[in-house]
Amino acid sequence: MFAYYLDLAARSLKRNKVLTALMVLAIAVGIGASMTTLTVMHLLSCDPLPTRSGTLFFPQVDPNPYPDGPSLPYDMMDYRSAVDLWSAHRADRQALIAHGQLKLTAPQVNLPPLMAQVLSTTSEFFPMFDVPFRYGHGWSAQDDASRARVAVISADLNNKLFNGADSVGRTLRLKDSDVRIVGVLDAWRPSPQFYDVAGGRFDDGQTGDFYGRTEDVFLPLNSSSDINPVGFNFFTCWSMPQSDATLQTSPCVWMTLWVQLDSPAKVRSYRQFVADYAALQKSAGRFARADNTQLRSLMGWLDFNHVVPSDVRLQMWVAFAFLLICLFNTVGLLLAKFLRRSGEIGVRRALGASRAAIMAQCLFEAGLIGLLGGIGGLLLTLLGLWLVRRQPVAYADLVHLDTAMFLATFALAIAASLLAGLLPAIRASRMAPGLQLKMT
Amino acid sequence: MNLPLQPILASLRHHRLTTALLMLQVALTCAIVCNVAFMIVTRWGEVRIDSGIDETSLSMLESQGVKADATPWIHHAEDLTALRGIPGVTAAVAVDTLPLGGSESSTGACASSEAMEAAIKANSIDGQSACAEFATLAGSPGELAALGLKLIAGRDFLPDDYKTGDISAAIISRELAERLYPGAQALGKSLYNGSDTPVRIVGIVDTLLRPYLRDAGINQFTMLWPQLPNDNSVTYLLRSAPRDSERVLKAAVAVLNKVNPQRIIPAKRVRTYTQMRDSYFQRDTTMIGLLLASALGLFFVTALGIAGLANFWVQQRTRQIGIRRAIGATRGDILRYFQTENFLIVSGGTVLGMLLASALNLLLMTHYELPRLPLYYLPIGALILWGLGQLAVLGPALRAAAVPPVVATRSV
Repeated sequence: MFAYYLDLAARSLKRNKVLTALMVLAIAVGIGASMTTLTVMHLLSCDPLPTRSGTLFFPQVDPNPYPDGPSLPYDMMDYRSAVDLWSAHRADRQALIAHGQLKLTAPQVNLPPLMAQVLSTTSEFFPMFDVPFRYGHGWSAQDDASRARVAVISADLNNKLFNGADSVGRTLRLKDSDVRIVGVLDAWRPSPQFYDVAGGRFDDGQTGDFYGRTEDVFLPLNSSSDINPVGFNFFTCWSMPQSDATLQTSPCVWMTLWVQLDSPAKVRSYRQFVADYAALQKSAGRFARADNTQLRSLMGWLDFNHVVPSDVRLQMWVAFAFLLICLFNTVGLLLAKFLRRSGEIGVRRALGASRAAIMAQCLFEAGLIGLLGGIGGLLLTLLGLWLVRRQPVAYADLVHLDTAMFLATFALAIAASLLAGLLPAIRASRMAPGLQLKMT
Repeated sequence: MNLPLQPILASLRHHRLTTALLMLQVALTCAIVCNVAFMIVTRWGEVRIDSGIDETSLSMLESQGVKADATPWIHHAEDLTALRGIPGVTAAVAVDTLPLGGSESSTGACASSEAMEAAIKANSIDGQSACAEFATLAGSPGELAALGLKLIAGRDFLPDDYKTGDISAAIISRELAERLYPGAQALGKSLYNGSDTPVRIVGIVDTLLRPYLRDAGINQFTMLWPQLPNDNSVTYLLRSAPRDSERVLKAAVAVLNKVNPQRIIPAKRVRTYTQMRDSYFQRDTTMIGLLLASALGLFFVTALGIAGLANFWVQQRTRQIGIRRAIGATRGDILRYFQTENFLIVSGGTVLGMLLASALNLLLMTHYELPRLPLYYLPIGALILWGLGQLAVLGPALRAAAVPPVVATRSV
């Protein structure tokens, strides 16, 4: 039966090559556009840390001393709140994070100085985020406390400075201080770079930069502030900093805290701990609001920041609208095509073919168009992704077609064409045999 | 023209399903294309926005981490002297940022100290009538001329106005002046920003865009600030004839590296203003390209659908056409029959499409903060679809008109 229907479908498609080509082309273009945008969307909205994300949380407090500040807590924390929460060690793991840039040179490496992106953090950053190491390892809690001049560098920087060789033990000059490399990361490209996400709700949908590469250099927070006390980026300030204020004492938020909580009970108790801390600070007169705290999960935090750029979403909707129009086109053309064959269908019905058989045959034809369109769509998807990779966007290098999306391309193409063929097939199968014979 | 609608309507009723499908396709195309066109026009307006400065004569480069001492400005001044020595450079100034430069310092200020106190008390500048939040653009002497800005009132900064610390003079944009002092002369007035000394407005420029665009209403809220850039990182703005800019930039990198080889000049930050502007709007231009391509694609697919169906109908009715021709219908009658039929289908589609377009716009307004679709997009969209329908049906209709009457006498 299968081979017979296939033969019939192929014959029918061959009979009007231009029309077949048009239908296949329309499906291919619609599928190509949809799958390109869907693949980008899929890559940008997936879990950056699938094995760990369920246990990672982002606490927030509102250090604003004014009661009518913003209704939601700031996306980052002030130094004191962050360090208080961190040093309480109430979570299974916790890491403080601050960002900055430092001028970097490598002695005995003949390269001009460069401005390195520096992530200042604490020792548990690496085990908590399951960061892979190529050489060496992270630093210890002891190094955090003793303000050790140690650094972990990214694979990119290691390639650039040391051609990928084991650089553990070598020295980097950051601003005016020497640090010793203790670890080199392996290729690590969480997408998005979740631990840097903040302020997404103010970005007006232009969030592509959340998908950038990791920082070049990772330093213990204390060492980093010794090397350059003013070298941190701040997020915002709730009042004008005094001219002599250090970042640590300034009315500004510039640090984040990530915690790992391994069970729902621990999440509950940590939530309570953060609330208690805020209440304590309120009674001490430092906070205006004790109730303005949050403990978002990693994925919740990404959602809250709308990390997927709005343009990517818009492109996906436009592409699916395009596919929809292509499908309407196919429905119309298939309908016309099947109805024109009413004579042939009448003969088959008169010779004993059941309605189901006619319908199956029509759907077979539609499915074959879908398969051909799927092949074309796959090629167009590859072309589309190649074009996306050439765009100057932070996530360009992430874009590729994975197995799931490869299969989804064909599934979508065939499902779409079967859907398009359904109505025409039903119409064709309802024809009365006698009538059609008479008309011919 | 004698064209009875009756037979056309009867025929369309006979092909209810096909007709409805085609109408729906036209309607969806109309709805989507109207909104896509509106998005294109909106974005195009943003991309074409006037920065107020003489863009083509400007180029720039960034220098980072000069020397670790307390007075970076002294080094910037040395750099500027060296840059002015490059042949072809007519002006060189140090700035912190530029219109459409991306990174922006903004501050709030009020027209009166009472308003500022009220704003401080409320801990927010928003909603205070005589106050505004605006971008500040700091630069070294000569910035106004280097940017090619035109004063509409007042004067340029005097050498004494330039300081590295608190400053007391400012030049503001016309729109900011109108916001802060509605209906009054802003020139000579004082601005209160919460610091001890108010800032006097010494000049007003017509147009000066922010480094980072927000809403149309506040994109021009800018202030030129005679504050000497005193950070380790600085942008040098060079003015030269547009054709010299590439050469000037190359020479500038060499000159700066000679003055101080320890600095970092990121290669990506050595560029003309036009290049910077293009990269600022790169996202939008890509999006415009994609939207344009999809709008054209939609038209194309719809035209294909119309042509495909018309073709089938012509084939299906060859015999009837022959009969009509045999009993006296002219070629023109047959041609007009198909054209009218198409016109009716597309009309039905566009009426529905205009409703759908408005509905889709409402949806986009809530999800993408798109403004309301101006109503004139709807008839334009309808006209284009009518034209497109007629164009698509022309081929099949001509083929129909060419059917000879003798077909009527043949059995199929």
